[in-house]
Amino acid sequence: MKLAPTPEASTLQLGAIAFAIALGALTAPLAAQEKVLRIAMTAADIPRTLGQPDQGFEGNRFTGIPMYDALTHWDLSKADAPSVLIPGLATSWAVDAKDRTKWVFKLRPGVKFHDGSEFNADAVVWNVQKVLDKAAQHFDPSQIGVTTSRMPTLRSARKVDNLTVELSTSEPDAFLPLNLTNLFMASPAHWAAKLAAVPASVSDPAERTKQAWAAFAADASGSGPFRMARFVARERLELAANKAYWDPARAPKVDRVVLLPMPEANARTAALLSGQVDWIEAPAPDAIAQIRQRGFTVYSNAQPHVWPWQLSFAEGSPWLDRRVRHAANLCVDREGLQKLLGGMMAIPKGTVPPGHPWWGNPKFDIKYDVAAARKLMGDAGFSAAKPLKVKVQISASGSGQMQPLPMNEFVQQSLKQCYFDVDFDVIEWNTLFTNWRKGAKDPSANGANATNVSFAAMDPFFAMVRFTSSATVPPTSNNWGYFVNKEFDDLIAAARTSFDDKARDAALARLHARIVEESPFVWIAHDVGPRAMSARVKGVVQPRSWFIDIAPMSLQ
Amino acid sequence: MGFLLRRVLLSLPIMLGVALVCFALVHLAPGDPLVSVLPPDASAALQEQLRQLYGFDRSYPEQFLSWIWRALQGDLGTSIATNRPVSAEVMKAVSNTFMLACVATAIGFVLGALSGFVAGYFRNSWVDRLATTLAVVGVSVPHYWLGMVLVIIFSSQLMWLPATGAGPGGSSDWTWDWEHVKHLILPALTMSVIPMGIIARTLRALVAEILAQEFIVGLRAKGMTELGIFFHVVKNAAPTALAVMGLQLGYLLGGSILIETVFSWPGTGFLLNSAIFQRDLPLLQGTILVLALFFVVLNLIVDMIQSALDPRIQRS
Repeated sequence: MKLAPTPEASTLQLGAIAFAIALGALTAPLAAQEKVLRIAMTAADIPRTLGQPDQGFEGNRFTGIPMYDALTHWDLSKADAPSVLIPGLATSWAVDAKDRTKWVFKLRPGVKFHDGSEFNADAVVWNVQKVLDKAAQHFDPSQIGVTTSRMPTLRSARKVDNLTVELSTSEPDAFLPLNLTNLFMASPAHWAAKLAAVPASVSDPAERTKQAWAAFAADASGSGPFRMARFVARERLELAANKAYWDPARAPKVDRVVLLPMPEANARTAALLSGQVDWIEAPAPDAIAQIRQRGFTVYSNAQPHVWPWQLSFAEGSPWLDRRVRHAANLCVDREGLQKLLGGMMAIPKGTVPPGHPWWGNPKFDIKYDVAAARKLMGDAGFSAAKPLKVKVQISASGSGQMQPLPMNEFVQQSLKQCYFDVDFDVIEWNTLFTNWRKGAKDPSANGANATNVSFAAMDPFFAMVRFTSSATVPPTSNNWGYFVNKEFDDLIAAARTSFDDKARDAALARLHARIVEESPFVWIAHDVGPRAMSARVKGVVQPRSWFIDIAPMSLQ
Repeated sequence: MGFLLRRVLLSLPIMLGVALVCFALVHLAPGDPLVSVLPPDASAALQEQLRQLYGFDRSYPEQFLSWIWRALQGDLGTSIATNRPVSAEVMKAVSNTFMLACVATAIGFVLGALSGFVAGYFRNSWVDRLATTLAVVGVSVPHYWLGMVLVIIFSSQLMWLPATGAGPGGSSDWTWDWEHVKHLILPALTMSVIPMGIIARTLRALVAEILAQEFIVGLRAKGMTELGIFFHVVKNAAPTALAVMGLQLGYLLGGSILIETVFSWPGTGFLLNSAIFQRDLPLLQGTILVLALFFVVLNLIVDMIQSALDPRIQRS
């Protein structure tokens, strides 16, 4: 029996259909709407996009790792464990047992650049040449500064077969796989196309190369999870998802990422609060409570970053006595400092934290113990009536410097109770940075016997070697304080020549333990890299790293 | 004609002097010009290699002559940090600052003229006191602070206007629609307070002075309406008001590092800020040179107009 619809039922049905159509009309555009993640960076300009970013590690974070791959990667998938080395475009690597200056890297098959060309051994050789081979057509002076100093021993690359490449170093160097996280692979075929497009009227080969790189930077091609989509110089960089990315775990979940340079902390905070962006780096510290109150999430995690006083061992320095160095390390009220910074710092126990593969259980425990510090100072001949005068060169601001003035003043007050009379020489950040290369004996130190330059501690050279090797005293590198000790040279050599990962880490742990015990630094803080995000951003993992992986993040 | 020729010829050594000062200032400043492409742990050998590749190993006179020779041909060099031509970067920034300065001047002129006329017309009344107070505040308030306050009110709290940037897609696709114009409102308003205060104060004094003149008494004696007298006052005050506005526009065209940084407005101020922090010497000296030359040319034009209007200037 067929039932005729009642007038009420008919009206209800029509209403339901109309509602469904209306709902469909409303939700269809939403479903089809592009998911765009908008990020405000602290940089005043968009980091360079041609493969080797500038602007420090913020450059690697936003125009390196998302757009490009390196042979080796940092594992950015965990928030509760140290970020360790994992395979990237290389699936495996090993040093030549007979000649330990040669490494063989096996490459990942089936990887394509964004322009569709194939990644292979030729591409690796080409990318090594771009920064190391002056005779190569594509050699680019503008990229070598930020690259070669991060892989100081790499000398050349040779193709073995299509998916095997041999890299040579100037000396046996177990750190090479770590250093190679900084060499991003750009597409040789895409660059060749840009070179071919340079007008024939430009005849100077160097100028043709320069113009080809400029064109490449405006329309780049790497193999990363995001490809370059739109570039407005100094204003915005838009990256589109690379749907064909080789690693399913890093397949992008947003359609587009927009990167905006916003150097002013209050401007970034306002942009987040007004809904103009979804994510800001380094929110204004005094706005963090308001940001949280408005429903945004503030992420932070201890970074491989050290905010220290690096001490001078030059003749006449007050830091030559180890008791004094230990006393200073025991007299800093780091918990008080943490409160001053609204919790936005981690308390250091050394250059790397306990639990890190390079920790090494040092015998000296960095903590807040005023009584012990006073005793050490007393033993060294100092008292309230006879304080020790020290002078520290500091900056008023600067990248990675956190809040140098209030932090240094806090440490100054803290040390006063242990008979330190601290004087500051406040100079401009870039000048402090430049002086760092000149050393404590240079007139630029202006009588200071400590300097306050924060640093990244991602790899062993950056974290430890450059501060403790006799080969890195000024002007070669950053052993500003001339901390020279044969024992440390031997420990460094042992680490550099330990080619098994575990053996290398064990050697680095011995080095780290001895560094803490000898204390060429007063370790004061680790930055925690605060960033604030809209609650719409999901899947965020803030690793213990300077970097963060955008690819697994999604937008609700 | 002789005066004009003399004035143009006199501008040439001024321009050369400006270029020399620009070059000297940026090289006198502390810091390494290769800081943006050279990390602090760079070896001495690498530093030297890059110094040679960028030409910083040459003597200062050599560097200056090479730079000025290329600048004469319209080539201001290449930015160290970005490898992009400085001329293109500066011209784009100048156009963005020009747009911001024109809108800010227009706002400042309209509001300043209005309050100045009203205050002058109703001198010593509460309207005058209010307008004078606003003018003093406009001149005195730090504009970067005002910018931040406006952002807190209209962006962070009310969420009516965007806090930063020059449009949803950047300044390169600027169109005069609401989506873009709303990015211009807060920086233009912030930038307009100083010209507004100056124009208001100038006009208040001028209108009061004109109203005290005998011809106004005469007009009133002849029975002219207040509206008619108002038009006479406007006509007499207009040249001064326009001259002040022109000067303020010239001043604002130089850009504002603070305002453009607070609002991330991609003008000359923002560019200078970026160049200073990156120690990008070619970009820094190129931007300063273009702005300085702009003022030299502006002064030349003003001299020419003044001499055309008042021949006594030529004779002096």
